[in-house]
This record gives sequence, C-alpha cells and structure tokens, in this order.
Amino acid sequence: MDGLNRNSNGAGSWILENLVTIIFVAFTLFGFMVSSGVSLGFFFSELSSRVFRNAFLVLSLIIPVLAGLGLNFGIVIGAMSGQVAIAIARYFEMGGLSGLMFCFAVAMAAAALCGYFTGKLYNKTRGQEMIASLIVGFFANGIYQFLFLFVVGVIISVPAIHPMIKPDGIGIRMTVDLVPVKQGGLKYALDNIYQIPFVHALLIVAVGLLLLLAVRYWLNIRKGRSYLNSRSSLIVNGGLCLALAGVAIHAMMTKSELMMVRKVPVVTGLLIIGLCVFTVLIMKTKLGQDFRSVGQSQHTAEVSGINVDRTRIIATMISTVLAAWGQIIYLQNMGTLNTYNAHTQIGMFSVAALLVGGASTSKASITHAIFGTILFNAMFIMSPEIGQSLFGQAILGEYFRTFMVYGVIGVALGIHVWKANKKSRIVVE
Amino acid sequence: MAEMNGNGNNLSRASRSLLGDIGLPTVIIAVFWVLTLVAGHFVGISMSTLVSDTIKRAGMNGILVLAMVPAIQSGTGPNFALPIGIVCGLLGLVTAIEMDLTGMTWLLSSFALAIPLAAVVGYGYGKLMNAVKGSEMTIATYTGFSIVALMCLAWLMIPFRNPKMGWFIGKGLRETIQLDAVGGAQILNNFLLFTVGEVIVPTGLLLTFAFFAFLVWLFFRSKLGIAISAGGINPKFAQAAGLDIDRNRVLANVVSTILGAIGIIVYSQSYGYAQLYTAPLMMAFPAVAAVLIGGATASRAKVSHVIIGVVLFQGLLTTALPVANEIFAGTDLSEIMRMIIQNGIILYALTQVKRGVQ
Repeated sequence: MDGLNRNSNGAGSWILENLVTIIFVAFTLFGFMVSSGVSLGFFFSELSSRVFRNAFLVLSLIIPVLAGLGLNFGIVIGAMSGQVAIAIARYFEMGGLSGLMFCFAVAMAAAALCGYFTGKLYNKTRGQEMIASLIVGFFANGIYQFLFLFVVGVIISVPAIHPMIKPDGIGIRMTVDLVPVKQGGLKYALDNIYQIPFVHALLIVAVGLLLLLAVRYWLNIRKGRSYLNSRSSLIVNGGLCLALAGVAIHAMMTKSELMMVRKVPVVTGLLIIGLCVFTVLIMKTKLGQDFRSVGQSQHTAEVSGINVDRTRIIATMISTVLAAWGQIIYLQNMGTLNTYNAHTQIGMFSVAALLVGGASTSKASITHAIFGTILFNAMFIMSPEIGQSLFGQAILGEYFRTFMVYGVIGVALGIHVWKANKKSRIVVE
Repeated sequence: MAEMNGNGNNLSRASRSLLGDIGLPTVIIAVFWVLTLVAGHFVGISMSTLVSDTIKRAGMNGILVLAMVPAIQSGTGPNFALPIGIVCGLLGLVTAIEMDLTGMTWLLSSFALAIPLAAVVGYGYGKLMNAVKGSEMTIATYTGFSIVALMCLAWLMIPFRNPKMGWFIGKGLRETIQLDAVGGAQILNNFLLFTVGEVIVPTGLLLTFAFFAFLVWLFFRSKLGIAISAGGINPKFAQAAGLDIDRNRVLANVVSTILGAIGIIVYSQSYGYAQLYTAPLMMAFPAVAAVLIGGATASRAKVSHVIIGVVLFQGLLTTALPVANEIFAGTDLSEIMRMIIQNGIILYALTQVKRGVQ
C-alpha cells in the first residue's frame, strides 16, 4: 500500500492520484451498508476464490507497464493460448497434475510465439500500444474462432462422438466440461492438491507480511539505506498486518462466521506468491534494468546501447506466457471451459483490477496488483447486491458493474494522459 | 503505400482525381470481394439478391462511416467513441416513439431530438479529446464503452410508458424495439423504391446517404472545414497561422457525433428494429474499418474513402455469408472473416501512424 502514501504533495493531488481506488473502497463499503443479505461468510468465500482465480492474470500485466508498453490488453492472446492447451489436453483426455503440467508447457510454447508477434506489432505501433493491444485481441479472437470452429472438423477430422466436439462433427462446443480431477480430469487439478482453512491462511499471510516488513526494515538499515524506511508507512502497514492476524486469531478462538469460509488452495497461492517474487527479482537483473530504462525513455535507452525493440518484445512475451498460465489456473478453478467467451473479458477485467489498485499506464507494482484484485472483486460481488437492495433489480447492479469496469479504465487513463500533457506543457512554456 | 503516408504533408488534395490513390488494403478487399462473388456465382447464389443486399447495407451503414471523416480530418484519429453519437440517436428515436409519433413525423422528430443532444454531448467529448492529446484513440474507445454501459442503466430506468417499447412485465425498455409499430420500418428505403431487373434500389436511403455525404464534402470545402483539415495535418503550423486548433477539434467532434446520431436512426429504420443496451458497444469498429478499407489513414480521410470503403466492406460481408454457408455448411466462416478483416485493417492503419505520445 506504499503507492497510496507516496507522491502526496497536497491533498487535492493525492485524491486525484487515487481517485479510482477511493471510489471503489467507498462503493464496497456502501454496498455493505445498504445490503443486508450478504453474510460475511459468503462474501469472503466468494472473494477468496475470485482472488485466487484472477491474481495471476492481473500480475501478468506488470512487466509491460514497467517496460513502457502501457496496459497490455493483449493478454487475451495469452489466455487464448492457455485455452488451446487446455483443449488439447481435454481432447486427449489428459488430466491430473501431469495433464496440468502438459497444459503449462504447451501454453508456454504457444504464448511465447504469439507474444513474439504481438511484441513486433507493438514496436510498429509505438505510442499507440494500448489501442493496438485491444484491437489485436479482437483480431486474435477471429483466428482463435477460425481454429476452433473451422480447422477442428473441416481440416483436422475429429470424431463427432467426442464429448467436446459439436454433434455435427465440426468445431468445439460452446462449453466443455473439464471433468473433476478425481475422475482424471483437469478441474481443481491445482486447487485440490492441498487446502487449508481460510483463517489459517489469513494468519499465515499476516505473519508473513509482518516478517517481510521487518526483514526489509532491517536490511535497509544494514545496507545504509535507512532513508528508504518511512516510519509512517511502516506503522500503517505493520498495524494492518497485526489487525489481520488479530482478526484471524479471534475467529479461531470464537469459531465465528469466518470459520465457515471456503478452504483456500495452497499451491495456487504459492504460485501467485512465486510470481510476485519473480516480478520483484527480475527487475533487479540486467534485463529488469533494461525494462526500466526503456520504460523511462526509449531514446536514452537506445543511446546507452540497449536493444529497445528486443527488450520490448521480451517484455510482451513474458506477459503473454504468464497470462496463458494465469488462464489455465483460472479455468482449472472454474471447471468448465466457456470456449468462446472465457477469454474475451479477461483483458479488461485484469486491467481494471490493476488500475483500481492504484497503478497507472507508467507505474505498477505487485502491491497494486494484489490490492486491486481484492478491491475489484469485492466490488464485483457487491454490485448486484446493491442493485437488488436499492432498486429491486439485480440486473441493474450488473450493468452498473460493467459501467464501472469501462469507466475505471477510461478515467484512470484519462487522468494519466491529462496530467502528462499538463506537465509537458509547463515544461515547454 | 509511400504516397498515402505522404498525404499528410501534401496539401494539394484538390489536384487529385476523384478516387484518389488506391491503396493496398482497398485492392486486397476488392479482389477478395470479386473472388467471393465469382465463387457465389458458381455455387448458384442469385447475384441480384447479393447486389440488392449490398446496396441496402452500404446505405444503412454509410452515415455511420461518414462520421469518421470529421474526426480523422481534425487530427483526433478515427472516432472510436462513435457509440456516444449512437446512443444520442437512439435516445432521440425512443423519445419520438414515446411522444406517440408515427411515420415520417416520427423519423424527422427523431432527427430533431437527437441532433441538439448529440451536439451538446459531442462538445463535451471534443473537450475531453483535447485534454488527452496523444492517446485519443484508446481513451475514445473506453469513453464510448463507458457511455454504452451507463446508457444500459438509463434504458432500464427511463420512465417511458409507451407499450410499444416496454417489456411486457417489469420496468424499462425492450432490447430490440420493432419500428413496424410506429410505421417506421424501412420508411426511407421504401421512398421512391424501384427495381432494375431483380435488383432492388432503395432510393430514399441512398438519397439520404448521398445528401449527408454531400454536406460533409461541402463542409470540408468551406473556410471552417479547411481550417479543421489544416489543424489535423500540421497542428503547429496551423497554430502559427492563427487558427484555433482546439476549437476546431471540438467542432469536428461535434459534427462527428451528430453524424453518428443521424447514422443510427437511418440504420435502425432500414434494419426495422432499434437495438438498445449493449448493441452499440462494438459498432465503432466496423465503421472505422470501412473508412480505412476505402483508403483513409488514421490521419487523412475523404468522403470518397467512405463511399468506396462502405460498399467494399459491406459488399464483402453480405456476399461472404451465403457463399461461405454454401461451401462450408455448418460453419460460421463469414463472422470469423469479419473479425479478422475488420480488426486486421485497423491494426494495419495503426502501424502507419507516425505521430505517437510525446
């Protein structure tokens, strides 16, 4: 949450900087106030399963932002690669952990290839990467449908009796059941490996974060960079962690509603943490420094001998591969493959989640991603409830939710460009 | 393609032939269309039906595509926020139904209600585009999406009582409103309609399109129109010459939004239904693609590009549907082809954009 505390010169600019986040927090709290029907158990069950499902995808957006490519709506291409891998695994009835590994491997190859070409495209549409990434997602969707509705059946002949092929033998069905892992399928292949109760996970996370804070504080002092330690943010973050741990312990002692919350998949959580660590570590390598320099100024990077085009392509490839894995994690949790719809919204939802966390076109961190995923999904759960309780129509809340998604992206991007333009005008004058 | 990029610096537009330079995308789509027509002929599809449908659909979509011209010429790039104009038009249309108007009165009042609304909204949108120079296309897209989503709420909550467009149970407007009920379906198409052989020519529709195309053409020959184009070609130069670029960009976007509003009313009457809720969400993209196919770039567009583009693109789509269904039964190849061509051409145009974010 340090993104919230930094850059705060004046209350007005702080509010503008975090406008989107503030709106979302207010909206979710408002939801709790007006809707009586939402129990804490239901809310946290929904929230935790959604966060574990989506966090990986949102995290895959960070590297392109740091490399100056902006928000990569092109992660839908990664998602499609993931779905192709899942479809292949499902067709040959692979399942369990080995099936999942196969999916990861195939998706990695497909996504790396697609990412390479998208990266090339972004190099040709410099300055307009975001709209290009949106459109290339639509374009790729056309190719994806060509693959699944035409190539499968017309060019590659498949048996019409296969449960995932349409009855007329051409194309893949709208929804494909991924078969529970106990029957040799992919559903919950990752989630079911090991699960622990929600409150235990809460306690572990709180203690872990507290340790992390302490270690960072200590390291900064030891390396003589104690100026990096901000006392106020340490107190706020530490306090939050302690409060979290307190809530968890209290729930365990009193066997409160929180004990009823659905169990938490440990391996999925570890993968998400692993990706966080990976993102932090890669930025400390030579490649990561290149990302940063290219992101700050392509011209300066070029002059100092960095191959800008290559760096941008690598950033896009990493993002696409991560998105493909993220989609596999998402689908094994959903249990069904919505062949032609599952990927279409992924790009926008993930981008909106990242922006809600306080990121912008040019800055993003794992804190933004995780915090944003939690907040965004909280809003997602609450809005039908608000529509129901305020207007008596849940559909109203759903339309409102769509509006929030598009609005958030529009407002966040708009404010960013507007501020950048204002700054450059001041510099020129 | 080199000449097409050069257009930006080349002010001698008047010296061009009527068609202008024919670009690579135009040729590819044209060849592809001819191939589908030939294929259609061999599998025994009636050519006159195909031609009739092409004319009808080109006329239907024409004004929506025309809305791209002012936006592109002023330098804001293709109007990806076309849905803003579209919802203004739809609002005018349903308000006219609520007032219990029918036939031609209904149509004209729809225009009269939608145009001032579109002008006001377009003004705000133009101001927004000035605030976000350099990323207009991305932000325009999301502004359009947001407005459509917001209007979904409005359609559901609007206190209109006319049974012709309400749900049978519950509040709000229907997703598709039949215009038969107000005598508005194909009202322009049927005006002076005649047939040549078996080809149906919807004269009224074509005349309306031609009229607005002429207006836009005329507008860009007026002093104001030329000033707008000059600002789009070279903003710094135009500013030095004493032109108020920001004002001109706002004006161009007002015109574009108004054309969007008119366009959807003409579209709906020809289609026979007014589609509310999420239907306008993706409508900007085919319109952008059409003008680009006609030979426009993200920074230069002419009325001739609109006419060529809309005929080629809609012609190809109209032809591909029955032909693809005939050859590959059981597949939805034409929809897939639309997605690939439409987005491919937009991507191609984006790679040709030279001016990026500072």
